Amino acid sequence: MTTKNVHVKIDEMKTNAGLIKNLELSIGKVISDNWTEPMGPTPMPHISTLRDWDMKLLNKYKPFYMPDCDLCCLCTYGKCDLTAGKRGACGLDIGAQSSRIVLIACSIGAATHTAHARHVVDHLIEKYGRRFPLDVGGLNVKVEAPVTRLVTGIKPETLGDLDEVLTYCEAQITHCLSAAHTGQEGNNLDFESKAFHAGRMDQVGMEVADIAQISTLNFPKADPEAPLIRMGIGSVDRTKPTIMCIGHNVVPSVGIIDYMKDSRLDDKMEVVGLCCTAFDNTRYYDRAKIVGPISWQLKFVRAGFADVVVIDEQCVRTDIFNEAEKVKAPVIAASEKNCMGFKNRTNDPADQIVDDLVSGRVPGVLILDPDKVGEVAVKTAVKIAPIRRKLNVLPSLEQVKEIAKTCRHCNLCQRSCPQDLKIPAALKAAAEGNIAPLTALYEECIGCGRCEEACPQKIMIHSLIVKAGEKELMSEDNLCRSGRGAVSDVEIRSVGGPIVLGEIPGILAVVGCANYPHGGKDVYDICREFASRRYIVVTSGCSAMSAGSYRNEEGKTLYEEFPGGFEAGGVLNVGSCVANSHIAGAAIKVANIFAKRNLRGNYEEIADYIHNRLGAVGLAWGAYSQKAASIAAGFWSLGVPVLVGPHGSKYRRMLLGRSDKPENWEVYDARTGEIVNTGPAPEHLFQTVETPQEAMVQIAKLCIRPNDTWKGRAGKLSHYIDLHKRHYGCMPPDIHMFVRTTADIPITMKDEIVPILKEKNWKESVIPDPTLLPRMIRKQKE
Amino acid sequence: MSCEPWQCAEIAATKKANPIQKPEIAVAMIKKASRPLLIVGSNATQRWMEGKQLIDYIIDFANASKVPVVATAHMVGEFLKRGYQPAAFMTAMDIGQRVVDPTWQGIDGKGHPDLVMFVGLPYYMEALILSGLKHFAPDQKTMTLDNLYHPHASWSFPNATLEEWANNLKVMTSKFNEGGQ
Repeated sequence: MTTKNVHVKIDEMKTNAGLIKNLELSIGKVISDNWTEPMGPTPMPHISTLRDWDMKLLNKYKPFYMPDCDLCCLCTYGKCDLTAGKRGACGLDIGAQSSRIVLIACSIGAATHTAHARHVVDHLIEKYGRRFPLDVGGLNVKVEAPVTRLVTGIKPETLGDLDEVLTYCEAQITHCLSAAHTGQEGNNLDFESKAFHAGRMDQVGMEVADIAQISTLNFPKADPEAPLIRMGIGSVDRTKPTIMCIGHNVVPSVGIIDYMKDSRLDDKMEVVGLCCTAFDNTRYYDRAKIVGPISWQLKFVRAGFADVVVIDEQCVRTDIFNEAEKVKAPVIAASEKNCMGFKNRTNDPADQIVDDLVSGRVPGVLILDPDKVGEVAVKTAVKIAPIRRKLNVLPSLEQVKEIAKTCRHCNLCQRSCPQDLKIPAALKAAAEGNIAPLTALYEECIGCGRCEEACPQKIMIHSLIVKAGEKELMSEDNLCRSGRGAVSDVEIRSVGGPIVLGEIPGILAVVGCANYPHGGKDVYDICREFASRRYIVVTSGCSAMSAGSYRNEEGKTLYEEFPGGFEAGGVLNVGSCVANSHIAGAAIKVANIFAKRNLRGNYEEIADYIHNRLGAVGLAWGAYSQKAASIAAGFWSLGVPVLVGPHGSKYRRMLLGRSDKPENWEVYDARTGEIVNTGPAPEHLFQTVETPQEAMVQIAKLCIRPNDTWKGRAGKLSHYIDLHKRHYGCMPPDIHMFVRTTADIPITMKDEIVPILKEKNWKESVIPDPTLLPRMIRKQKE
Repeated sequence: MSCEPWQCAEIAATKKANPIQKPEIAVAMIKKASRPLLIVGSNATQRWMEGKQLIDYIIDFANASKVPVVATAHMVGEFLKRGYQPAAFMTAMDIGQRVVDPTWQGIDGKGHPDLVMFVGLPYYMEALILSGLKHFAPDQKTMTLDNLYHPHASWSFPNATLEEWANNLKVMTSKFNEGGQ
């Protein structure tokens, strides 16, 4: 669809009817729509349009709230004590308050992605024009924007079309956030429904951002063979001037890379990145390098190898200027959203800014012109690198020992550590000359620095840990596949049937941040386990980096060991945070391309299809941010279960099914209108898992869907049982809930399962054509 | 022993756990309960005291007290390896949600537990679940057997050393061994 603003001005025109002078005619939009798919029932849904659908899910998966705080302090009536059923001055109780916090988190996340998209789209329109065509995969991708088509009913063809999509999202997110004002929404489930809506907007916003940058910046286009990128500090040539870009928005980095290449300096310097900016740098320039997940930026900055730090937006440490100053690395802030208190030097001559940074007259600057960011960053890095090479930024091992001796063993560091790391014991050992316990903390430390804030002796504990782990840090040199972008229509056609029939046992999306309970190895292990079992494993963001940070017995990383296609046993990295939209997009495209369901403004039907038929599970093992919350909300709304690691419990609300309540597991059989009990499939919509072993068992179980064929169900059960026996040491106690006919029983496990079925008084049931929507019943019940 | 939250930011608000100053008090309260339940988390194999894992202390305690155990995470396998059969196993969130439900009839289907004890979950997870119970099951009595003070419980041991913790668990086990439940 294309829309144009039309403005006609006639100064003077003679016609048979007379003389026309000074006529001005404005038409808001001319809509040219050559998309023949009929419009579904819910194009551009408002905050309550999909409420009935949300309530179906929320009735099946009831919120379990775990308030982090007993109080509400959001208005001047408060603080109000909401403990144990008390209502606040506005009338809100703790359940509604808890869901209100969920809505606020999801609205922040959706606003962040959408504002990111707005910046990218406006910038790219300015640079390439509104008519620049969208292309995310050439002839292999005809459904270029499945989420946008589904939610808005718009089929965007040019950059300009994305403008209208974003305007819609911006309005909706404003409505979502407004509902959290005092005296607006009062019911917990309505807050939850609005959080789902924020999640839907989030997915659209992410998709817009990514398809705009893929189309214009020539990122890999649905490419299973996207380049393998070197990753880790060990991959960085530390003799070269190094620019480290931190954040999520590639626009300033493009300025850096372009200037570096135009100046023929690309062989003479390094551009490295943290988090999503790193991925998008590599999608633009495959010689850029990734140093690691964003949560660990403190250790990467303190390691001191970056000569210039460029920050854009999202998840940047807000004290980064202090940290960079300690290692004498100038900072360039390049986003309006993240000015860091620096003077705006956008309109100053580049060489003057460079002089100020290199001389140390200013620790950092704000530059809002990406081309100027490029020139200043490159010139500064080249000039300052020889000076910085003389600096020793980390303490020596002897200094570590001496500093550790000043520890008073008050335990405040451990008590402030999210991981409860045994820092006092490690410092005691270090003071006695044994550095090993401090080194052992390196892998598990998430780099938040709370230990240092708590220390009454002002010991730079994190720096001591980084020094103790320096050998490991500097030897990190792995490979991560650059973000491939969308899943192609061709791939969907190949695997759509096997996924829906259950013959490919599931799609596991390992996404999100790096707030891991015990380091990143768990992510690698989980990905490898499921890829080896021929699930489709999709990665993105910091999890995609962790997945590539370890090697198998043959020395291969995950991305070398497994193919990069959307296929059984594939491990594919879609890219940065905003590329998460392609995971939802792939699910939507299965419904559209394989099952021939209309997408256009047809949210409920497609979500119902995905929920009941597509064995997909998201795992955000280290999720920490509000953006992760809104990404999850988008998947909840589509009926896709999401697991989080133990720190994810701090999202304070789970959406849990009750396997012991059979009435929760009823669906309509669309063929007959009969109500059929399908068992707890999928059992939960949002669940915390405590250990990687538990995650693996839950993933296998959550891939089970009512629609599985007997062959598919048997395959899924064999994985579930096998993992359950391996990690739990016994048969699953709920196996009878997932066997519908004896054909569902994995053939090699018959002897074990049949006696269990007898003991549980199991009865055979039918395999329905499952739906939660009465309107989808083809033959109404008499 | 201090009654400050172990993790510094885990500040309680208006309702704060009563400290258990002696293990004998915990034993008395458990004996008073008619349907106690013990939820054991993944730190059961991560915490060592006097050369013995927490899970082994728990098994001794559970055998002596006959309190049914719900294992979370993959701990069921660890219990089974040691020859102990937990009454049930499920995720920590699943058991938390069931306890909040007043209509839930317990693991054995014979009635809602009147005392729910926790031990060995990651501190922050345990704190959150206890908060959920405090708010949404206000009549539910909860207790922690950890060595870290949990303000959201009804009763909690204060922060204690590993040696003190081991001693608390041993005393509790011995009191049940002496007198039965």
